Amino acid sequence: MSISEKIGRFIITALKYLSLVFFSFVALLPVVSCVITAFKTDEEYQNTNVMVLPHSWLNFENFINAFNKAGMGKAFVNSTIILVCVLLFSTIIGTQLAYVLNRFTFPGNKLIRNMFLFASMLPGVAMQIPVYEIMYKLHFINQLPGYIIVMCGTDVIAIYIYIQFFENIDISLDESAIVDGASYFTIFYRIHFPLLKPAIVTSCILKGVGTYNEYYMANMYLQDKKNLATVATSLYTFVGPLGSKYNLICAGVIISLLPALIVFITCQKQIYSGLTSGAVKG
Amino acid sequence: MNASVNIAVKKNKRTFREWLGSRDGQKVLVLLAFLIVPLILLMVFTYIPFAEMVKFSFYNMKYIGARKFVGLKNYIKVFSRKDCFGALKLSLYYMGGSVVQLSLALYLATILSFKVKGGDLFKGFMFFPFLINGIAIGFIFKFFYTRGFVFDTVLQWCGFQLENLPYWLKDRSINNISLVGTSVWRYFGQNMVLFIGAIMSVDNELYEAAMLDGANRFQQFKHIIMPGIKTIFVLNVILSISGSLSAFEPPYVITDGANGTGTYFVVMHEIAHTQQKVGLASAMAVVLLLIIFTVTILQKLYFKYLFKDGAE
Repeated sequence: MSISEKIGRFIITALKYLSLVFFSFVALLPVVSCVITAFKTDEEYQNTNVMVLPHSWLNFENFINAFNKAGMGKAFVNSTIILVCVLLFSTIIGTQLAYVLNRFTFPGNKLIRNMFLFASMLPGVAMQIPVYEIMYKLHFINQLPGYIIVMCGTDVIAIYIYIQFFENIDISLDESAIVDGASYFTIFYRIHFPLLKPAIVTSCILKGVGTYNEYYMANMYLQDKKNLATVATSLYTFVGPLGSKYNLICAGVIISLLPALIVFITCQKQIYSGLTSGAVKG
Repeated sequence: MNASVNIAVKKNKRTFREWLGSRDGQKVLVLLAFLIVPLILLMVFTYIPFAEMVKFSFYNMKYIGARKFVGLKNYIKVFSRKDCFGALKLSLYYMGGSVVQLSLALYLATILSFKVKGGDLFKGFMFFPFLINGIAIGFIFKFFYTRGFVFDTVLQWCGFQLENLPYWLKDRSINNISLVGTSVWRYFGQNMVLFIGAIMSVDNELYEAAMLDGANRFQQFKHIIMPGIKTIFVLNVILSISGSLSAFEPPYVITDGANGTGTYFVVMHEIAHTQQKVGLASAMAVVLLLIIFTVTILQKLYFKYLFKDGAE
């Protein structure tokens, strides 16, 4: 290898790492500055620049205050209830729908697929104008079950992940089970459901993060902020008179993103693969 | 003769109960049982609202109270009212942002798809913003852009003077760019992960063969990576067009649409829920949907005719 080639290669490598470090810095800076501020006492926050490190990394006062002021204990309970119900319910109806659409030929199969595809193109926020009226008529406003149902109804991407997965389950499995006299219910629950596990885990993680972070509909349909706040909407407490106490706000923000961070660290692979497979079909 | 006819009739006219027990009956039962809930949800929360919305758009109405049919008046207003039509122009900023976002994502995905030390770590850092909820992002960036806070401090480290820096969220010449920046920040990592997935699905032998033939990185990118991810790239470009038309979260949570940052959706939300002009807001939504459908149909045609040669 000639010297000029070596130099060229060195420059490319340097450039490569420089861009990675730079954009990682850009991605992390806003969050890290929040962490720094969250550990500062009121006095420190008033008197030091935001990028100066806090005196003590063990000053958890802001976190405790933010947690109590925003009623995050209650919010975590609500978010957990919503999460468990939405995931359970949408997994059951999603896998069942995918099973029927993939395994049965019947008039309307294509139509139903297209109806779901078309629904995924409608932008959610625009649709909330009439949905609000329907929620009002159904007496679903300020009801946790109502919010849970509307969250399940707007789930489309997961169905594509499941259908894709069904395509890879050998149909001879079904046939031999039919010969053995198994009913369709048995085939679905005993044979397909266990095989679908990786797809279910993937779409539950994606749906779970989405549900946990959802705030537009939560804000609109769970207006009783005292009893029905989710973690995302509980942060609204900091709009208004507390709006300039950023050490408190940052602590609240950090608390709210901890669960997502934990899920991310433990399930990185599933998140990436779920996103990729969802995007190709959807 | 008589007996055999009787048997034939019996065979054709199975009782309902018998039919239910048969495989055909079971099939129909399973079909109904598995379809009914998702279809009801789809109807109640998507198709009925959709029809209602189209209907609303011809009325002058609030959520509660009398409704008056006004024909196309709401649609005329969408294009003549300054706040509605001006907001459509704002989406050009977001389109510009998505071009930056996609090129950045593609660049980083290409780097990361080759062997890189600590690649997973870098990927994780850049992807994580996608998992933060919108309200938290709002607070993070209000804090980030506040006068003399994070962004200003970092720029001062780089040698800028505070007096020369604008108010990032108030100054009308720059605030929309600041907001687009938050949206790029949030989504570039996610786009990058999608592109890495597409690049990885290209056969590894192709790279090895190219290496043996002495192709450099740029040639590999142009002749192997680009064709391999063309589909997902075009898909993302089109998604980003409808995404920029429906940009909502950054202005909604960071500036609340103040100082000329109200995008189409923010204006629509305000008209629908604060001013309660449900008819006008519905007309706005329908106009937006029509634009998005046009873009999507163009995309379908594009795939159909331009990628035909690729499939053959």
